[in-house]
Amino acid sequence: MDLMAQSITHAYGGMVILQDVSLHVESGQIMAVLGPSGCGKSTLLRILGGLEKPDSGGVFTTGVAEAATLNPLTYVFQDFALVPWLSVYGNIELALRHHGLSRADRDARIEGVLTRVNLREFAKALPKQLSGGMRQRAAIARALAVSPAILLMDEPLSALDAQTRALLMEDLKALWQQSGFSAVYVTHNLSEAVQLGHKIAVLSRRPGRLRELVSIDMPLAARRDDSPELLAIRDHIWHLIRDEAAMADREMVQNG
Amino acid sequence: MADLKPVTLRVAPILGEPVLAAAPARQSVPFRGGGFAPRRLRFVPLVTFLLVLALWWVVTHYGWVSDLSLPKPGEVFAALVAMVKDGSLAVNFMASIRRLALGWALGASFGVVIGLTIGLFSLARSSALPLVSALFPIPKIALLPLFVLWLGIGEVSKVATIAFGVFSPMVIATFGGVDNVDRGLIRMAQSFGVPRWTILTRIILPGALPALLSGARISTSIAIILLTAAEMIGAQHGLGAMVLAAGNLMQTDQLLAGVVVLSGLGFTLSQIIGWAERRFLHWR
Repeated sequence: MDLMAQSITHAYGGMVILQDVSLHVESGQIMAVLGPSGCGKSTLLRILGGLEKPDSGGVFTTGVAEAATLNPLTYVFQDFALVPWLSVYGNIELALRHHGLSRADRDARIEGVLTRVNLREFAKALPKQLSGGMRQRAAIARALAVSPAILLMDEPLSALDAQTRALLMEDLKALWQQSGFSAVYVTHNLSEAVQLGHKIAVLSRRPGRLRELVSIDMPLAARRDDSPELLAIRDHIWHLIRDEAAMADREMVQNG
Repeated sequence: MADLKPVTLRVAPILGEPVLAAAPARQSVPFRGGGFAPRRLRFVPLVTFLLVLALWWVVTHYGWVSDLSLPKPGEVFAALVAMVKDGSLAVNFMASIRRLALGWALGASFGVVIGLTIGLFSLARSSALPLVSALFPIPKIALLPLFVLWLGIGEVSKVATIAFGVFSPMVIATFGGVDNVDRGLIRMAQSFGVPRWTILTRIILPGALPALLSGARISTSIAIILLTAAEMIGAQHGLGAMVLAAGNLMQTDQLLAGVVVLSGLGFTLSQIIGWAERRFLHWR
């Protein structure tokens, strides 16, 4: 399934957040969306998955999802959005229960995804008992349980410490190699975008416009932080965004 | 021996500067943290109760306070035992408990339902909330005469007064609780296509439960106050009527025995709510 955004424009109370943004997320690929804070990346993601209505423009899918897909467009949130009074099992079950699966089918799905994110022994644990990295893995397991066609990830690593982030980045790459999911990966972190993105959509400062679409052909498995090819791409994108980032930073201070 | 020179003691130099024996004295950094973290001390509650009881015993035993104003603890206890024996306590207690349970259950269920609609729907918020805010400050006991005119002097008017007093704080607690439910969780559920009813029962209600329980804590004490007042205004049986009758006859031992029962009732209810908080909010 492909996901397409066509000239999305959106404003909050007269302030234009996104202007004429078009994207095409191809099946089996990860599209990283990169931009400075306040450029409307998260708004764009909410629009892509139907959590928010754009002022103009539209979002479309082409092709059909696999038969196992219960929720084609599925989010992974920055703050994990785990329900604190439900166990890890309960959180995943919440996403599955209204699909009319048999109990055995449901439990098989839950066990399968918990195995994939290495949380099988923690099915009964409450979110507060888990570390930050485990919480995000639980949230990723919940997203995988509905066999999404496209994952919409909103800075999934931003709330984690640097070490956990590096580990989870490896997990995400491994998961992609296993199942080749499609994803939109919103981030303000250049290194994450370069590590995971098959394409990187670079947004400008507010109002967010698509500045450049960078393709990286190197396979995910081969990408290292110090590969010269990646360093060159990082450099290129950094030059694109550094002035804007600086300006955005000053703007935040003035407004704040 | 005369050419002995004075000896200068040297302390190991710190940061490159030689420090002489005359260096300023070492001072330890004063502790400035701590406090603002009250804990539960295990035996202090019991000891405090016993101390108050002992004080009461002393001032009455030595006649510093007259028997008529404040009977001895033993006399109050004896009055309590006598009321248990002749069955009058059971009659009054059961009458009160019935009114309290009915009134509270009625007021709380209406309050939660209205609070939920205010928390969920714009129309309800704009129409019912100002109404509830206007009702809240009315001393409900002032409405009892009206309820008596409408509903008669019997049970219904007392139950209605209690229900009405419980209603507003429960509405306010409920919609406040609903407002405080993490919107991110609701968006998450919507993003997985979770049906509205499931969002209500599995996200919004459990999320509002802490506020509901603290609302229950407040409204049960309001209910006990209204119960006593209503029974004092016009009731044959009930703890309030019992206390008032004892006061009219200057039987302070029976009066205080009634007060002790009321206090025990309130304490028990708050313990039950505390238990519910520990049982249902363990995820916090």
